[in-house]
Amino acid sequence: MNHSRNDRILLIINRVLLTIIVLVVLIPLLYVLLASFLQPNALLNKGFNISLSDWSLDGYKRIFSDNTILRGFVNSIIYAGGFTIVSVVVSVLAGYTLSQEGLVGKKTIMVFFLVTMFFNGGLVPTYLLVRDLGMLNTMWAIILPNAISVWFIILARTYFKAIPNELKEAAKIDGASDFKIFLKIILPLSKPIIFVLALYAFIGQWNAYFDAMIYLEDQELYPLQLVLRSILIQNEVQPGMIGDQMARAEMQRISEMIKYSSIVIASLPLLIMYPFFQKYFEKGVMVGSLK
Amino acid sequence: MQNLVKPQKEFEENQLYAAQQNKQPPKKEKKSKIKQQLKYIKNNYILYLLILPAIILTIIFKYIPMYGALIAFKDFSPMKGILGSEWVGLKHFTAFLTSPNFLAIFMNTLKLSSFELLLGFPIPIILALMLNQIRRAKAKKNIQLVLYAPHFISVVVISGMVFLFLSPTGPINVILTNVFGTSFSFMSDPDSFRSIYITSGIWQGAGWASIIYVAALANVDPQLHDAATIDGASLLQRIIHIELPVLKPVMAVLFILAAGGIMAIGFEKAYLLQTSMNLPTSEIIPTYVYKRGLLAGDYSFATAVGLFNAVINVGLLIFVNQVVKKLNEGEGLI
Repeated sequence: MNHSRNDRILLIINRVLLTIIVLVVLIPLLYVLLASFLQPNALLNKGFNISLSDWSLDGYKRIFSDNTILRGFVNSIIYAGGFTIVSVVVSVLAGYTLSQEGLVGKKTIMVFFLVTMFFNGGLVPTYLLVRDLGMLNTMWAIILPNAISVWFIILARTYFKAIPNELKEAAKIDGASDFKIFLKIILPLSKPIIFVLALYAFIGQWNAYFDAMIYLEDQELYPLQLVLRSILIQNEVQPGMIGDQMARAEMQRISEMIKYSSIVIASLPLLIMYPFFQKYFEKGVMVGSLK
Repeated sequence: MQNLVKPQKEFEENQLYAAQQNKQPPKKEKKSKIKQQLKYIKNNYILYLLILPAIILTIIFKYIPMYGALIAFKDFSPMKGILGSEWVGLKHFTAFLTSPNFLAIFMNTLKLSSFELLLGFPIPIILALMLNQIRRAKAKKNIQLVLYAPHFISVVVISGMVFLFLSPTGPINVILTNVFGTSFSFMSDPDSFRSIYITSGIWQGAGWASIIYVAALANVDPQLHDAATIDGASLLQRIIHIELPVLKPVMAVLFILAAGGIMAIGFEKAYLLQTSMNLPTSEIIPTYVYKRGLLAGDYSFATAVGLFNAVINVGLLIFVNQVVKKLNEGEGLI
């Protein structure tokens, strides 16, 4: 394609701007990564003159000297895993039923679900319900109340609708029951959508803190994000990480280092894994937008 | 069960199908619609069994709390339960609306989310248009990889990074001190709260939000561009006359959804970024509901505040939908 001179200038500006944007996104991330491996404030005081002697794994060592973060990791895996299983199974089943043509009562059921997208009881009534069900301070308070997502049901339904009807009809003619059709024909074809939903559910729950904050009291049950919140936001570095008594200034420096290291430990797994799954995430966004 | 027109090669199966049909009583067609429907449900009960878990979970965790929201009109006491508690009408609503905090909290919520919408909405669109000009697929993919990354960082970590970067000894203040000789206490300044909230939100979300626009742009027929170029259209003209119209329907839907959620602004980040010093701008309805309801145990009052918020929200959604419909040639969302 031939570009006029003006167009070429515009394209160059575009490239420069995009480069700047990429740097703006990247630099804070790299800064955190670098700072987590350096003596406190080495980067700020020395800039590009940092030397090998400034490297330190102290932040990481201190984090692992105390098992709070590790326990948070394990708890998060349990909560996010449980949430993912319940959420995906329930939405895929519901989405399959709603994808059926001629389903009696389909409209009513859809409205029944859609209403909850716009109206909800609100924070306090939901909390009171969870309390009355005796789920406070249990993993069920994290897993069940938000497991049902209208968004997921719509995503699953859209996917199932695209599966050719002939497949189901043929199986029906061969005498297969609805349940058998679902298990033997539909499910094997649905791996992509199940994978997309599972990714969304897992990451959503992994990164959430709010439900855990209101429903869990016992520190032993805290998921990773709540542990991080106490370290990063509330400045409560675990005593086990600091060790012996220290001067206040020294403590401040060390706690900053621990903060950087814990950010890296908590975020790196997802950031490393997500490029491999990128196309699935994009697929999820696209399927949803079709409706 | 509907009669499907089958291709010839499925003749055998077709006969079987017919045989199945014959087993059913011939009077079927004369039956009333209701009976037909009942028959469908009976024949396909497994479908309804499959959807049952979703329905049960929705009733328990979505509809029962809606009923529970009745306590907004009562003086709820845990001893008496929802039904047993005394009706007080609109007492809690009036109490909130006439409280000295009301205007500040309401305006905080409105300002934070509408500024976020106005500043945050166009950026993903611009980003997508810019990305679309990158012709080398590999380069484009790498840029996208970086731009999407912050989306996967949790809100706790983002807020933690904000605190670290803006702390008195953090990098921003070190730079400020070196360049201007002064430092600034961002997190305790009420006037900075919104900028911090919105900037960090754009940093985290704009790349991810551009996906949908990038995909829409990928559907533009390249021949349109070629034809326009031959006719002497500049790049800017082509963007305005070819690409923006393609994005318009997507923009409309996303804008309605975002504007409808204006009062439903996320609780999570605002609560994390709150400090006792920036409360004059950072206290928004959801954080207020949390503190009054769950921390102070003022159940009925907090529920009333939440309900008030929800009603405004639905009103906004309907209003914005009407406006967009007018601007967008009758195409709205609902």
